[in-house]
Amino acid sequence: MSLHHRHLLGLEGYPAEDIQTIIDTAFTFREVLDRPIKKVPSLQGKTIVNLFFENSTRTRISFELAQKRLSADTVNFSASTSSLKKGESFKDTVQNIEAMKIDACVMRHPTPGAPLRLTEYVDAVVINAGDGTHEHPTQAILDMTSLQKKFGYLKGLKVGIIGDISHSRVALSNIYGLITMGAEVTLCGPATLIPPHIEELGVKINYNLDDVIEWADALNVLRIQMERMGISLFPSVREYRSLFGITTERLANHKKEIIIMHPGPMNRGVEIESAVADSDQAIILDQVLNGVASRMAILYLLLGGKAES
Amino acid sequence: MKIKKCAKKLLLINGTILDPLAGKEYKGDVLVENGKIAAVGKISTKDADVIDCSGLIITHGFCDLHVHFREPGREDKETLETGSRAALAGGFTRVCAMPNTDPPIDSPESVRFIVEKADACPIHIHPIGAATKGQLGKELTEMSGMAEEGSVAFSDDGLPIMDGGVMRRVLEYGGMLDLPIINHAEDVCIRNDGVMNEGRTSTRLGLPGNPVEAEGVMVHRDLELAKLTGAKLHVPHISTAAAVKNVSEMKKQYENISAEVTPHHLFFIDDDLKEFDTNLKVAPPIRSQSDRKKLIKGFKNGTIDCIATDHAPHTIEDKEATFDMAAFGMIGLESCLGATLNVLVEEESLDLMTVIKALTVNPREIMGFETDIFAEKTPAELTIFDPKESWEFSKNDIFSKSCNSPFVGRKLTGRVKYTIVKNQIALI
Repeated sequence: MSLHHRHLLGLEGYPAEDIQTIIDTAFTFREVLDRPIKKVPSLQGKTIVNLFFENSTRTRISFELAQKRLSADTVNFSASTSSLKKGESFKDTVQNIEAMKIDACVMRHPTPGAPLRLTEYVDAVVINAGDGTHEHPTQAILDMTSLQKKFGYLKGLKVGIIGDISHSRVALSNIYGLITMGAEVTLCGPATLIPPHIEELGVKINYNLDDVIEWADALNVLRIQMERMGISLFPSVREYRSLFGITTERLANHKKEIIIMHPGPMNRGVEIESAVADSDQAIILDQVLNGVASRMAILYLLLGGKAES
Repeated sequence: MKIKKCAKKLLLINGTILDPLAGKEYKGDVLVENGKIAAVGKISTKDADVIDCSGLIITHGFCDLHVHFREPGREDKETLETGSRAALAGGFTRVCAMPNTDPPIDSPESVRFIVEKADACPIHIHPIGAATKGQLGKELTEMSGMAEEGSVAFSDDGLPIMDGGVMRRVLEYGGMLDLPIINHAEDVCIRNDGVMNEGRTSTRLGLPGNPVEAEGVMVHRDLELAKLTGAKLHVPHISTAAAVKNVSEMKKQYENISAEVTPHHLFFIDDDLKEFDTNLKVAPPIRSQSDRKKLIKGFKNGTIDCIATDHAPHTIEDKEATFDMAAFGMIGLESCLGATLNVLVEEESLDLMTVIKALTVNPREIMGFETDIFAEKTPAELTIFDPKESWEFSKNDIFSKSCNSPFVGRKLTGRVKYTIVKNQIALI
């Protein structure tokens, strides 16, 4: 088992067989997580730094937990507590960390392309934990792992992605991954939050949520950021909820089974009603556990397994 | 590059003389005596220093209407002196420097500062004065006083004049002085926080896009206001099919319109940004392949009058940043001829005469500079280049103080060998 790329920067152009390898490996680690002793020695002696230039709670904890379950040594770096505030450049910071002999960097950064820059400055394996509005590949892989676990397949699966597509790295990575794996994707959200030319990536756009619910096997509901309201991207929570909010009432109008996902953190009562989030249709907490398993799989394959290039 | 004083008699022999004013190309020699054109044609003379120009083109010194030499204020990026060396390496004998310095060139005194400093430089540098005080787009500058000190045009450069009412006044007042007005044509509200062309590639990369309409609507407004006021309008660094169409339409109705295109907008497309190369982050942005093709078409049919580099030096620190933080702009003087000939002559099979006119006679006419360079007794401003040489542009070819060029490592066609100006010859 090995992956074609040394780093995981994004899912655009990422080989389908590698995505499948990661998902299959994640299933193996899911079993480990169900054992009483949840730790394996796979990455003993490896040092991983989590570089977070932007706030994150769940992704950082998920990665940290995955690293600890694999017995790796971890160091955390977050911009708020670091020397970045003293005016140190991105390059200096990462080179300092590299000089400490690190095997892998997990990085979140507010700028698209920052992980690619990082690969030029360090020899370590780079894993993108979200770069601005570009990609968030590990989230998409955990979403696909969750879908495959639920449905048993990805090819031909109909997935609706609902909400703010423009500002979502989760959406873009999901689009790349799902299309590569043969799934169908429809985007649904306010026209102001759907990026131009996105259809060219092989997805459909439908502004009518009911149509999308009728069509889809699963919905991935994105968090809507309230600060977008101020810059005229949508007028009010009331109107957003009425057009794009996932409510029990709306789902009840469609006599079908549909799976609801959300990458978190949720705005209960805005993009998703509490009752839906807590219902049996929602696999939101399963996504969280699959997140740890998927990240274990990625770290294991990139650091433990042998990469071809 | 070596710069030395011209010999008392300098004879250029066996070259191909390309006279862009007369539109003629012929084999011949040029004699420069005391820094002035003494004779052009078949010449035999004694006691002259001879340069064999076999296989080379001898033509007018290139003229660039759009450079940023950063002085005063950002001498760490470029100075009038280092910018001049970059110009010489690119075959330019005359440039117009934009006013977005720190402080901006927005008064007769600051224009005089540039003119006096430029006097000691090895090329001719003409300041373009700011159109509004502090480039803030609100109050008119003392354009008449600035013109007297040597300002050849007015522009707020990178800061578009958003208020249409102010733009009208600028055109009216500048029109009274019969000097060109240049407005960076981008509607900043439509551009918003765009850092690259809006399109498939910006969406793929997750970068905020700047749509072609930001340029299209602004060019349209400026053209209408130019016609209304009767002023001379020069449209800088045209980058979109829409702007080409707008200029072409307006040229049928109104004659005081000119437009420039940069080598980089002719050479690159937005797909080239897929590795987040900050050297390709420019304003206006590198556009799509279809826009690029329309720029080439607009150049061929004469809608676009001239090539200008928008030479914009930035320090390594300003460019070696994440994409959103990196400064806009690239240097372009040294790579201009090679990039332009590579696209227009090598790939598009356009004749050399048309391209050279866009680097010589056309920009000179727009600014009202002398165009009869080969006339006897004219101070020699000559560029001698190999039109066929295929070469790879490298950091060693850069003479600017900055090195932010995406052309490094690219194959170019055509290379400058000698530049003659101010009674000096630069051996590139």
